[in-house]
Amino acid sequence: MITLAKALNAGLRKAMENDPKVVLMGEDIGRLGGVFRITDGLQKDFGEERVMDTPLAESGIVGSAVGLALRGYRPVVEIQFDGFVYPAYDQIVNQVAKMHFRTSGKVSMPMVIRIPFAGGIGAVEHHSESPEAQFCHTPGLKVVACSNPVDAYWMIQQAIASPDPVVFLEPKRLYYSDKAELDLAVPPMPLWASRVARAGEDVTVLAYGPTVKTALAAAAAAESEGRSLEVIDLRTLSPLDLAPVFASVRRTGRAIVMHEAHVSFGVGAEVAARITEECFHSLEAPVLRVGGFDTPYPPARAEEHFLPDLDKLLDAVDRSLAW
Amino acid sequence: MAGLDQAGFVQLLTPTGERLEHPDYDFRGGPEEIRSLYRDMALVRRFDLEATALQRHGELGLWAPLAGQEAAQVGAGRSLRPQDYVFPTYREHGVAWCRGIDPLQVLSLFRGIDYGSWDPLETGFQLYTLVIGAQALHAVGYALGVQRDHAIGTGDPDRDTAVVAHFGDGATSQGDVNEAFVFAASYQAPVVFFCQNNQWAISEPLERQSRIPLYRRAEGFGFPGVQVDGNDVLAVRAVTEAALQRARDGGGPTLIEAYTYRMGAHTTTDDPTRYRLDDELEQWRQRDPLARAEAYLRTDDLADQAFFDDLDAEGDALGERLRAGVRAMAEPTAHQLFDRVNAEISEELAAQRDAFDAYLATFEGAAS
Repeated sequence: MITLAKALNAGLRKAMENDPKVVLMGEDIGRLGGVFRITDGLQKDFGEERVMDTPLAESGIVGSAVGLALRGYRPVVEIQFDGFVYPAYDQIVNQVAKMHFRTSGKVSMPMVIRIPFAGGIGAVEHHSESPEAQFCHTPGLKVVACSNPVDAYWMIQQAIASPDPVVFLEPKRLYYSDKAELDLAVPPMPLWASRVARAGEDVTVLAYGPTVKTALAAAAAAESEGRSLEVIDLRTLSPLDLAPVFASVRRTGRAIVMHEAHVSFGVGAEVAARITEECFHSLEAPVLRVGGFDTPYPPARAEEHFLPDLDKLLDAVDRSLAW
Repeated sequence: MAGLDQAGFVQLLTPTGERLEHPDYDFRGGPEEIRSLYRDMALVRRFDLEATALQRHGELGLWAPLAGQEAAQVGAGRSLRPQDYVFPTYREHGVAWCRGIDPLQVLSLFRGIDYGSWDPLETGFQLYTLVIGAQALHAVGYALGVQRDHAIGTGDPDRDTAVVAHFGDGATSQGDVNEAFVFAASYQAPVVFFCQNNQWAISEPLERQSRIPLYRRAEGFGFPGVQVDGNDVLAVRAVTEAALQRARDGGGPTLIEAYTYRMGAHTTTDDPTRYRLDDELEQWRQRDPLARAEAYLRTDDLADQAFFDDLDAEGDALGERLRAGVRAMAEPTAHQLFDRVNAEISEELAAQRDAFDAYLATFEGAAS
């Protein structure tokens, strides 16, 4: 059995063993092993040249990772907390994302930007945010979110192997909360694919990252009330893999998108629009969104109000079915 | 002059064309090398003038003139070895020239065909960067890669590699440039920060960016800085070569401040008469980089009239080629937009592309 944190650590180790050009960069990732210990022991085994403790400057980290990628390296950058990514926003959006396009395809940007994201850990300000929509709205970036240890192990390796830049979102609240069996004999799913996490008949629930676990718990609770929820883990947010979603919604006629990020202009809005475009005649109810309010992430003792949870999802299920 | 530090200023050729000695820096090239540097400066100036004219004729959307900065750019560009890598701003036309990049590949950017059509990896010259200072970090990162490749300090002149980050006086205020200084110093990266202080960041004078001469900033970051007469091609060449060699030898970063002047507008949309005086321009005309090199070549009999006549003819031919070449550039296609976003196109983007193709095909006379 392996935690999500340990799975990421093992995935990073495997990627470094497989490709000597993989270099990890970040604040406190070396001697300390990262504030969440995701890179624990890697500097000891791979050395300071490949596991770099950087000066404390996020733009500096991502900007120099651009240069390393130009030189043929595959930098894997750790942003210590979601809210600290913004100093690097220009480098990510203007430089990393656009490099392949602006060089007319002559230069690739194989870089992974790991971000421990979302809340639920009672943290201080800027430590619980869900910035995914900002990156999904940036052509050239690919954005994925893992929700369980098995995906974490494979997806981090697949992201590192990608020739394109990937923003890799890690649900920090799940780092140590769950364990799963990692059977290396089972081949991994492709990176750019969503996955039906639980089959059901009545309502399709779409989630990713930390909300997948919540949605599965809600589905178990709904079952006792005779309601059957199909839960799909989106896994890849940009590009989206919605074919399985459309197939599901054509059966259920109802869809709810759930994420911690603010609902307005979020991933849920995009998914809802696409479902409407593709499944209009199958819909029995409008696509509903369950997510964070359009407020800044609140102080720790108020985060339970802000966060989408099991009850909020079941409330949305009621509203969808009552339509 | 603001920000000029008489004590440390490196100059090997006075504005009137007299050679000077300097205790630390020496230009060792012979007459042929000096003529060749002059030739590059003259052709780059011609390239620049042609580009401005092409913009005025509506053939380019915009142009960022380099007039006045020829010595800084040619001096820096000619100090490079093939394996070195350069990160320019949007005004390094002279360095691009020295790197063997066809001016037409620069002009295609300003015509709106692409964002520069040379291959950065093949030429060792990154595409122009318009976000001020962002490229300084890329240079440091590339230098970290050079370090990891053990391509410094081997003593092999074909292997040891230096990286150059170009930026201007305005960029020294950017966070990215300061972070680049920190990273470079921390890791002792083989990078040369080449700042062309042309006195003006569009309309803002040097005094708005710094209370001290820019090169002195380096000391606070923990590496050497040097201020060189940016209008003196021999001095720039000597100072840059030394800094590049220091980087290649594993000695770490250097900041070079090439003290120069932007004789023209920031870009062809700018109107410098709104913020600076003719007197200042006149003062800098007396320090013109080509005039002083020409005076030196003529006074010391290092070049005859035929050399200058041939160069004029070469410039005319270049101008003709650029004018014709710009007008003949193929327009970009919609298809390219989609295909260039990523190395691996996503299904959803491919669907957008195909839908747009189908849409275009509905128009009368659409190409099949």
